[in-house]
Amino acid sequence: MAKVEVTPGMFSEREVQASWKTPSVMGFFALLIFVAFGFIGKPETVSFELSEKTDMFFVPNVELASNALNLGLGGLMVAIAGLSVWFTVGNRKTPSWLIIIFGLLGSIGLLGWLAAGSAVPVSFILGTAIVLAVPIVLGALGGVMSERVGVVNIAIEGQLLTGAFMAAVVGTLTKNLWLGALAAMITSAILSMALASLAVKYLVDQIIIGVLINALVIGVTNFLHSEWLASNGETANYPGTFDKIRIPLLSEIPIIGPALFDARITVYLTFVLVPVIWYLLFRTKLGLRARSVGEHPMAADTVGINVARTRFWWVTAGGAIAGLGGAALTIGNVGAFGREMSGGLGFIALAVVILGRWQPFFVSAAALLFGFAIILRIWANQVSPGIPTDFITMIPYLVTLVAVAGFAGKVRAPAASGQPYVKG
Amino acid sequence: MSEKLKPAAAESGSRSNELLREIMSGTPVRIGLSALLGFVIGAIFMAAFNEDVVQTYGTFWSNPLLTFQLAGETILNGYGSLLRGSIFNPMAPDVVGMFRPLTETLRLAAPLIVAGLGVSLGFRVGLFNVGGTGQLVFGLLGVTWVSTRMEMPWGVHLLVALIAGVVFAAVWGGIVGLLKAKTGAHEVIVTIMLNYVALNLFTWFLREPNLLLEENGGGTPKSDPPALTAQMPLILGDSFKLHIGIIIALLAVVTYWWLMERSTIGYRFKLVGHNSHAAKAAGISVERTYIWAMAASAAFIGLAAVNQGLGESGGLTTSIHANIGFDAITVALLGGSKARGVLIAGLVFGAFKAGGPSMQIVGVSPEILGVVQALIVLFVAAPPLVRAIFKLPKKEIV
Repeated sequence: MAKVEVTPGMFSEREVQASWKTPSVMGFFALLIFVAFGFIGKPETVSFELSEKTDMFFVPNVELASNALNLGLGGLMVAIAGLSVWFTVGNRKTPSWLIIIFGLLGSIGLLGWLAAGSAVPVSFILGTAIVLAVPIVLGALGGVMSERVGVVNIAIEGQLLTGAFMAAVVGTLTKNLWLGALAAMITSAILSMALASLAVKYLVDQIIIGVLINALVIGVTNFLHSEWLASNGETANYPGTFDKIRIPLLSEIPIIGPALFDARITVYLTFVLVPVIWYLLFRTKLGLRARSVGEHPMAADTVGINVARTRFWWVTAGGAIAGLGGAALTIGNVGAFGREMSGGLGFIALAVVILGRWQPFFVSAAALLFGFAIILRIWANQVSPGIPTDFITMIPYLVTLVAVAGFAGKVRAPAASGQPYVKG
Repeated sequence: MSEKLKPAAAESGSRSNELLREIMSGTPVRIGLSALLGFVIGAIFMAAFNEDVVQTYGTFWSNPLLTFQLAGETILNGYGSLLRGSIFNPMAPDVVGMFRPLTETLRLAAPLIVAGLGVSLGFRVGLFNVGGTGQLVFGLLGVTWVSTRMEMPWGVHLLVALIAGVVFAAVWGGIVGLLKAKTGAHEVIVTIMLNYVALNLFTWFLREPNLLLEENGGGTPKSDPPALTAQMPLILGDSFKLHIGIIIALLAVVTYWWLMERSTIGYRFKLVGHNSHAAKAAGISVERTYIWAMAASAAFIGLAAVNQGLGESGGLTTSIHANIGFDAITVALLGGSKARGVLIAGLVFGAFKAGGPSMQIVGVSPEILGVVQALIVLFVAAPPLVRAIFKLPKKEIV
């Protein structure tokens, strides 16, 4: 029996109808910043260190009273929330760039409140957030590629872990980090092939397979770590990291220069891959075909697109990119491989895919939010001990929850995501 | 637009449920072969990376026999010590020592069984509850509060703590059901997010002196040990650590069986799981069923929180959740979401946990059991794999 395999999105059924969730969430955060950080905030001065003394173009530090800053920022945020109300009244969606600006203002406010009486090293925080976000971005790109063709990839966690492991071990054994990165991509792609063939050809439940691949990878890497790497660290798990490449001129731009253009190759590759994947998906025939398979496999099949093959290769390629994300964890950041070092980043990537609406640029912005939250927790512990950092850690997860529950009412997955397709 | 597409969604939904059912109703033969395959691959890993065996690789071509001999010894040693550590240890000096492994297996299986039942209940309703960790941790919040911050007489204290754990977990699970029912958010992503929220919340509670931090506690988030009146009583005397958790687990298995096979609400659950649109046509509120099913699923997982929180005589840290929430998924898959199957699967994986330390002693990393566990369930959950490997006949998918 032929069956039409189209359902509204797997993760949310809400469609275009503009909802009141965006303005209400925005209003909540705007008032929080305005009242808690501004009105009853701390009067101490906070200093934003915008550049270092050694930089070619020195920008003086910006020094402000913490509560005054937050009053100003909170006011702006209230205005944006009001704008969002206006959009919603007119039954229009609040544009994404406005949401991103809103988030940015909120982050600055949070920084200013945390560091009242001391300084905010802006470049350092931004740069670290980016390095921490890279594995999430690449993992999420892999997720986007696979969900755009209609395969849900829960196994990103396993792919990151595989990539991290292979990059460290092969990098050490061959003394060549490039081979390590390549091995990470290939192994992770093979894992994706397993997922793709079980899901596409044998129609096994995609989510179950993903969960089990994760369990398997955690098991195997834990075993190899304790049986092999732990006692042979020098010979098997000592890869070092890629050298930092300082791009002349660009790295001299105040504030963002040192954060963006004095980084490792994994960061630069991410800068390149995000627009490339976006272009592939939204501006080429290949991408159109891929998306049609994800939205309406039967229609795609009718016009002669091979659904199974398209799905298989996109999922595989996505796996290779997620594997590179894993490599970024080890040889792109800390060097050696550690037990279960992906520590849930794969699940964060999964959330980021949705938060970023299956679109590479927004996905990167969402990943940066998580990277920012991670560094903020570490930094906040140092700058003002006693702040319950657990709540800062929680913010991105809560934001994702709100988004999944219909933030802006327009989170919509590729229609056939998670649906197997049987040619009928 | 979305209204028009709904019937199609129903059809494909029920078809994927059939697949799930086919996975669930795995024949004993296939499960046996899956287990065999898992252990064989595990053995290969164990032998190939063993230090003694690795040293013979250089002389493999001149003396392959030595390599194989050492490999064989490693495998026998590894699985042998697994049996000795989890079932019966004939080498122990006294009778207590001989039978202790079995009691350890029962003790460690208890939380896996109850949590496995929770995940199974979700599967039967067509819900994938990946939020075991969060529900368990939120349940622990209730359990720990009652057991360390309240004073009650013996018996009552345990009961109140148990109820608190179950209710807290059920509420956390109910939120998932509510979000799914009201907004259509997928339960997998919601539960994963709530896992992290619950973990951070629990850490914060353990960090705050006027909440759950232990008396005179320092920088590490840790609670007081549960009050003596709230701890799980031991059932075999002081020489064994086995406590009434396993009895609670057995009662839970019976309850689950009755709930799913005999009760009206269980019938409603299953009907929604089979075909939510048929259920709707029959007058069942699918939305309300999702909420209740998630709460019920989490309630079982809350029992695992009770087991973890009151089964220890020391203070709790965040690691007390011991990944049971995720292990429960494998238990449910292996157990086919049936009461008896989950009981057996829980016992098997409990044995894996119990046997780990004795494998460590003979120099085999117990982490290999994680590989074996994942492989077995992977083969059980992916029938085509096993069919292809053993050339079994293909079962018709209707």
